Amino acid sequence: MADSPAPLLQLRSLGVSYGRGIEELRAVDTLDLDLAGRECLGVVGESGSGKTQLLLALLGLNGPAARLSGSIRYRGMELVGASSAQLASIRGRRIALVSQDPMSALNPYLRIATQLTEGARRHLQLGRRAALARAAELLALVQIDAPSERLRCYPHELSGGMRQRVTIAMALMCDPEILLLDEPTTALDVTVQAHVLELLRAVRARTGVATLMVTHDLGALASMANRVAVMYGGRLVELASAQQLYTAPRHPYTAGLLRSLPRLDQPLPARLPVIGGQPPDLADLPKGCAFSPRCPLVHARCASSPQLRAFPDGHLLACHYEGTPSQVAGAWT
Amino acid sequence: MNSPADNAPLLDVRNLRVQYRARGRGPAGPRAAAVDGVSFSLAAGESLGLVGESGSGKSSIARALLRLIPATGTAVFQGRDLLQLHGAALRAAREHIQIVFQDPLGALDPRMTVAELVAEPLLEFRSAQSRQHRELVLAMLTRTGLGPELAARYPHQLSGGQAQRVGLARALILRPQLLVCDEPVAALDVSIRSQIANLLCDMRSELGLALLFIAHDLATVRFLCDRVLVLFGGRLIEEAPRDALYGAPQHPYTRALLAANPLPDPARPPQPPVPAPAVARDAALRESPATRAGCAYRERCPLAVARCAQEAPALRRVGASLVSCHRAGE
Repeated sequence: MADSPAPLLQLRSLGVSYGRGIEELRAVDTLDLDLAGRECLGVVGESGSGKTQLLLALLGLNGPAARLSGSIRYRGMELVGASSAQLASIRGRRIALVSQDPMSALNPYLRIATQLTEGARRHLQLGRRAALARAAELLALVQIDAPSERLRCYPHELSGGMRQRVTIAMALMCDPEILLLDEPTTALDVTVQAHVLELLRAVRARTGVATLMVTHDLGALASMANRVAVMYGGRLVELASAQQLYTAPRHPYTAGLLRSLPRLDQPLPARLPVIGGQPPDLADLPKGCAFSPRCPLVHARCASSPQLRAFPDGHLLACHYEGTPSQVAGAWT
Repeated sequence: MNSPADNAPLLDVRNLRVQYRARGRGPAGPRAAAVDGVSFSLAAGESLGLVGESGSGKSSIARALLRLIPATGTAVFQGRDLLQLHGAALRAAREHIQIVFQDPLGALDPRMTVAELVAEPLLEFRSAQSRQHRELVLAMLTRTGLGPELAARYPHQLSGGQAQRVGLARALILRPQLLVCDEPVAALDVSIRSQIANLLCDMRSELGLALLFIAHDLATVRFLCDRVLVLFGGRLIEEAPRDALYGAPQHPYTRALLAANPLPDPARPPQPPVPAPAVARDAALRESPATRAGCAYRERCPLAVARCAQEAPALRRVGASLVSCHRAGE
């Protein structure tokens, strides 16, 4: 999928940094990533991995203190350094966001109808009636019963799961080409989470919207993503098809993360497997590979930054270790 | 541990109720029960898990036991009803019951160093012997995996995992008999959660702690708890020893919770329960569960029959579980 001739979104050497000189902090560091039409790309990372800054960069929302470098091309249009008017015409129209907390994404003072139609009236110049009809259509798409009644509700009158359905409908109002999901199920209860994931899969199957889902939850991502990118300390450390990444991860960090998840489908261990140490502090990154202080395979060569290399099957990896996935898994035991 | 009589539980909770006033209705307005007559007991050294979705009442139970919110019923701890204690007696009981919160940074005073934070309970509850205190604090920091170099740091200089270790060190420095943990790993990075869960497990066996562990993460509860209570709508709907609950869940809600848990396996997506919950919690709460006839779960239950709307199911034994469901065991 990554090889398709013109990806919808093409990131090259993307950097997001704060401060200057020795104070410089690189939240995203020389990131290359493609998003193809119709695919769902998962981006996994923990605190300080740069996943949130990546998402903000795609929306041009990093704020005045951030410096962006490199390139983000959307259908050939450069988004890094684009004017705020240009970005505003894309944001919500071509690239739409579903954020983690539906309650803070919705304005408590406005009815659902007003919030759902705002983008479509602005971007698509729809009239009030047409926008309301579109809103009702989308509420039906996200499986909300009695859409015209719900349109009159305020956010507090809806359950958490329903609010998240509304924000998904809101993101789809202008028929965007790219849907960004920022931890879309983290704030939800586990049963509601399963419903929302199922809904997102159904919406993707129906609309074919290309999706980039950012999360720390490898469990929730497993049922969504075609490909998964793993970020650590602002860099891409591994990228593979979901099947490969979950079953045969090559990066010691990915392997350690997967094995440290307590699982209900496996026998209970006497102790939970762990990755020692702390997530990286971007203001004080170790020299070379950022994961090296926590890595069971650490070696003298890890003092230099590993470059991303590709395997014949397209699997990308930034690690000096040359062993097989099973040797990587073995290093943790 | 030193329970007043052998076999007597460390904590015995009977008919616990927590009510909140419906918003904007004034002092005489209708009340909604967040916890609606929950009973359970906890033996010394035992680890009990409380699971359920938001609004199930699990955090309200923790707060009621620590007397942070008003509640009715009884909660006998070491022979005394916690809900009736006041003043010095309440303060004395709190020495033996400590809590660890979900947000590790929010629970720490930003103006105190790590050493001061961990020493604070000693200053509150024990006579001032600062040299001894310092040794105790350093030993506890080491035991909770915090190097002595962290002692002089302030909370903002800590990572989330380190802050939660400080929270735990603070809670354990008095060697309490009961540790209440309210979602202690939910806010942490994935790679850190297992570290903290293992530490809790170690500290529990080392100090003979009883643990009341509140979480929505069923896999962590399975690892840490001997027995599990499942709550729904403020009521206890299933109670079972760990292996029974995970191996042979009896209540349809417990089964739905387990099936919905996402596995890191692309070939096995989580199974959403049918049908979707439609009504806001607020709306459901406005109608007190006590005045609601029938089973609170019936609108979401795939097994519901006419009887479930007429008669609230009582807790009864099915298999190794205590379960409140008319259809369990059929």
